[in-house]
Amino acid sequence: MKSSKIFWLLGLVLVLGMFLAACGDDAAAPEEDVEETDVEEPVDEEEPAEEAPEEEATEFVPAEEVPELDEPQVLNLMEGAEIPSLDTSLSTDAVSFNILGNVNEGLYRLSPDNVPVPAVAAEPATISEDGLTYTFKLRDDAVWSDGTPVTAQDFVYSWQRSIDPATGSSYGPYMMSGVIANASEIAAGELEPSELGVTAIDDKTLEVQLERPTPYFESLMSFPLFFPLNQEFVEAQGDAFASNSDALLYNGPFTLENWDGTGLSWSLAKNENYWNADTVNLDEIKFDVVKETSTAINLYQSGEKDRTGLSGEFAMQYANDPNLITELEPTLFYLKFNQERNGEPTPLANENIRQAIAMGFNKQDLTDVILANGSLPADYLVPTDFAFNEEGEDFRDINGDVLGYDPEAALEAWEAGLEELGVEEITLELLGGDSELAKKMDEYLKAQLEENLPGLTIELRQVPFAVRLEADEAQDYDIQNAGWAPDYQDPMTFIDLFVTDGAHNKMSYSNPEFDALVEAAKTELALDPAARWEAMAEAERILLEDAGIAPIYQRGTMSLQKPYVHNLVSHPFGSDYSYQWAYIDGKE
Amino acid sequence: MLKYIGKRLIYMLITLYLIATATFFLMKILPGSPLAAASKLTAEQEAIVLAKYGLDRPLPVQYFDYITGIFQGDLGVSINQFMGVPVTQLILDRLGPSFQIGFQAMLVGTVIGILLGMIAALRQNSWIDYTSTFTAILGISIPSFVFATMLQYSLAMKLGWFPVALWDDGFMSSVLPTIALAMSPLAVAARFIRTEMIEVLSSDYITLAKAKGASRGEVAFKHAFRNALIPLVTVLGPLAVAILTGSLVIEKIFAIPGIGEQFVKAIMVNDFAVIMGTTLFFSAFLIFIILVVDILYGIIDPRIRLSGGKE
Repeated sequence: MKSSKIFWLLGLVLVLGMFLAACGDDAAAPEEDVEETDVEEPVDEEEPAEEAPEEEATEFVPAEEVPELDEPQVLNLMEGAEIPSLDTSLSTDAVSFNILGNVNEGLYRLSPDNVPVPAVAAEPATISEDGLTYTFKLRDDAVWSDGTPVTAQDFVYSWQRSIDPATGSSYGPYMMSGVIANASEIAAGELEPSELGVTAIDDKTLEVQLERPTPYFESLMSFPLFFPLNQEFVEAQGDAFASNSDALLYNGPFTLENWDGTGLSWSLAKNENYWNADTVNLDEIKFDVVKETSTAINLYQSGEKDRTGLSGEFAMQYANDPNLITELEPTLFYLKFNQERNGEPTPLANENIRQAIAMGFNKQDLTDVILANGSLPADYLVPTDFAFNEEGEDFRDINGDVLGYDPEAALEAWEAGLEELGVEEITLELLGGDSELAKKMDEYLKAQLEENLPGLTIELRQVPFAVRLEADEAQDYDIQNAGWAPDYQDPMTFIDLFVTDGAHNKMSYSNPEFDALVEAAKTELALDPAARWEAMAEAERILLEDAGIAPIYQRGTMSLQKPYVHNLVSHPFGSDYSYQWAYIDGKE
Repeated sequence: MLKYIGKRLIYMLITLYLIATATFFLMKILPGSPLAAASKLTAEQEAIVLAKYGLDRPLPVQYFDYITGIFQGDLGVSINQFMGVPVTQLILDRLGPSFQIGFQAMLVGTVIGILLGMIAALRQNSWIDYTSTFTAILGISIPSFVFATMLQYSLAMKLGWFPVALWDDGFMSSVLPTIALAMSPLAVAARFIRTEMIEVLSSDYITLAKAKGASRGEVAFKHAFRNALIPLVTVLGPLAVAILTGSLVIEKIFAIPGIGEQFVKAIMVNDFAVIMGTTLFFSAFLIFIILVVDILYGIIDPRIRLSGGKE
């Protein structure tokens, strides 16, 4: 039996071969990943077939103007990935959030205009003078899908569960720390979950103690992590909780049906127990997971699906389709300039060099020709159409554009920088993603910069998302093509990324003036919206004038939507879409 | 014979153990965090979640726990793709469609491939031979996703004979993926059978059989075909495993809830337990098929003895 000795070896080789074969298949797949570059958020990791919303194509029709609906109210949609978890404490991804936002409801919900409005809360919160205590009155008619009322205890239980280290929640500590009283200490195991700053005064009154004044707290209440959970139900289900559509309770406009926990299809059905069920038009929404964009488009063209995302080359192909919908996401991409690598200052520690690179590439051509998906060239950090002050003014309109394309100024700064450094040539590494589009974009940046800045050599390093994250964490890069999507509806979610030694700074950018403004906006100005807004605007201006980063573009998405679909509303954070106002009219 | 199989089973277990060990440590070298939200969390926040899944413990402890778990039938749970779902359940949920399409594709592919190969060998250098060879070359050289896309566009989009995609129309949903996937076993079978049969047909014992007056059909099937099967069985075994365990590309294009796509995704996102579970399952399956192939050798060709010629 001599051959048996090498038998296991052979087996091993064959199995490893299968690994390789599998990976090889992957490389051969058309349009595997349509990301430009992966955003630093799992949410954006997978969305080839995801639907993007309408804004320009159709106007929102208020309830009283919705026509008589005599057609079957069934909407057929696709998602780009499966549901990882519908446990509000555990979910972190776009698909899960999108369902949770439509089958459940928090104290607030985003309106069609993306303003947080009371939902399970009966009226706007009462806020104490110091901005630290929020008192919410709950609706009397808010009930779970099994008929039991939604109570203040449901919120207390849910939030305590999310911050309890034993739950292993990612977003619990992330979203609550520094916002809700004692959250950081509980996450660190120093205090008990019961000491979280949230109390049920009675069945219908919820009181929340904050760590510091948080002007955007009400918009946070529309985020799935802050949704209620019925303790009795969750504990009765035990490990099975949220493992399929029968192991969940719903208090939103729809209920989830036919989801087996791992499958590629599910549906939403109108929730007759929802307190505002009268405004819900759709009877059913059928979902299928389709990961291949070309397949998604085929299903849309054959009439099986009502909406499809367009990515990569498909965006260009359908650019003139009458049913094209272009939408701007609040996701921003920018170059990070690492000023210190392996303990040594890089050439990017020189402000002139950073200025030169930041102004040295044409963003308009990049978005028009390379991306061609509705993205906008960005000379700013806080996205446009994202955050508004109390008068409804866009943060962007206040601060304007700061750091734009200017080849002459770039060359001037470049030469000054080279002189200051006493060198004639600089070689820098550009770290970016490994998707087709990310590669194309980084090659474009390389060509532009090398042409506009003589003496500059850019070396491209194209790696998978996880590897890029590790390099970022270790500050092991010169320039990085990175992105960020917001966690809450406030400019601060972008601005405080770059405070000195911030968890996401990772490029040794430090400006005391910037830090002071961010700190002021978070503390003494927190209760003065106008001054706070001004401080954040000033901070953004300083960051960009320093060329701490170089904004590239704000992402847009394109999709096709059948003309008979109306009122499908999209949101800038939390759940991507609301289906509760949507209706079908004109299909037959 | 039983003793032989028993011995082989023990070797299989050892092989599986070694594969489990190798995969476990290789997997731990993969860069990146298994947490989907890793990019947003601080190290402390990440540690809380990793602790829940026992990933904060020293590697040898994790390894020991994992191996003992296997013997208790516990393959762990998915960390990020399907949070908390046991890997065994995931495999069971996803295996059906992959297996069905794979089985149909193997059946269709090998039967048609063998027929094509035989006809080509018997009618060497005729137009049938050229057509068959051409088909085989196409099947080998054109990637399955091109076939899949073409089939989807022509037979589903244009002609409407089959569903475009999705797994909701019973057998009809499986037709196009089956055809797309069958191309490769078809091509392999046709090529091997043709080559082997031509070789066998020119060997002495065939001449002898012909001289003894055996009919053309008898020569072709009883003598030539049977001998030509041996190399085919050798390659078809592992190919069958690859096809039965699902194809990333086909499953993506036709939006089928299969295991192949899941496996690759798990590697990309560091879903440790899923990588381990699927690898072990695929390996066990492969080793089992190899055993079956070895037994089949003896049935096809009695000259190959199973236990050192004692029988």
